[in-house]
Amino acid sequence: MKLSEVKNILNAQVVVGEEFLEREVHSACGSDLMSDVLAFVKDQALLLTGLVNGQVIRTAEMMDIKAVVFVRGKKPTDEVTALANEYSMVVMTTDAPLYAACGKLYCEGLVPKERLD
Amino acid sequence: MAENSVKLHYNVDASDFTVAGQASGAVKKVLKQLGFSADVIRRVAVAMYECEINMVIHADGGEIDVEITPEKIRMIHKDRGPGIKDIEKAMQEGYSTADEKVRELGFGAGMGLPNMKRYTDEMNISTELEKGTVVDMTVLVK
Ligand SMILES: Nc1ncnc2c1ncn2[C@@H]1O[C@H](COP(=O)(O)OP(=O)(O)OP(=O)(O)O)[C@@H](O)[C@H]1O
Ligand SMILES: [Mg+2]
Repeated sequence: MKLSEVKNILNAQVVVGEEFLEREVHSACGSDLMSDVLAFVKDQALLLTGLVNGQVIRTAEMMDIKAVVFVRGKKPTDEVTALANEYSMVVMTTDAPLYAACGKLYCEGLVPKERLD
Repeated sequence: MAENSVKLHYNVDASDFTVAGQASGAVKKVLKQLGFSADVIRRVAVAMYECEINMVIHADGGEIDVEITPEKIRMIHKDRGPGIKDIEKAMQEGYSTADEKVRELGFGAGMGLPNMKRYTDEMNISTELEKGTVVDMTVLVK
């Protein structure tokens, strides 16, 4: 799924990385606990989270995650967006809560293939 | 081969949570420049990041030494923290002593040490109560 589709499905606003919306994601991960995100390697994944701090961006960077969606209308600070910018990430915000945001994307076809170890 | 090794040293400051992860980020960059595979880079970056965060949230900061050779990457994390009482327990998925404040920051799932174990080929912890902890990890380049 293209990030531009993710944006439409979630009715999201792009905070940084407008120029990268043609990027494809193959799976998604929704969590507020970063070590959960770090537990499994997924290629070209999207991270959805209600946590808004710089460690979200760092966690994404460690996992080569190139797009982050902040849910429940949470707005990242300038510090957070600057870090995302540095890593050429796409950051979006949506008013939808985490469960609904993940559910919508899943229903629209963002279904990860079986995990490959 | 000694002439083929790169040594890096970092101080980890526990007073500023926002900079936690800088050392791991820097090492990731170096490994990229040196041309290691994406898999090796990710394994080193995640293991080191988890460990660096632990040094900040559970200990009082410390130092990290990284040695990079074509065959392996070794990371030694030394902190000045309280030590780990029960390593066996700490290694279990889901075990955490993190308080509410740490959870609000997005940590405290009790997955850090298990993640480090999973992503590295060798991992040794030596710890002394009230003195500190040394976590020594190696990722082999296969
Ligand atoms: N460097 C350390 N010094 C002292 N105690 C530590 C250290 N590292 C880990 N611990 C102890 O081991 C427990 C488990 O660590 P682990 O990294 O697995 O989970 P966590 O840090 O609590 O949560 P997460 O890593 O999922 O955010 C910690 O809660 C803490 O009690
Ligand atoms: Mg941890």
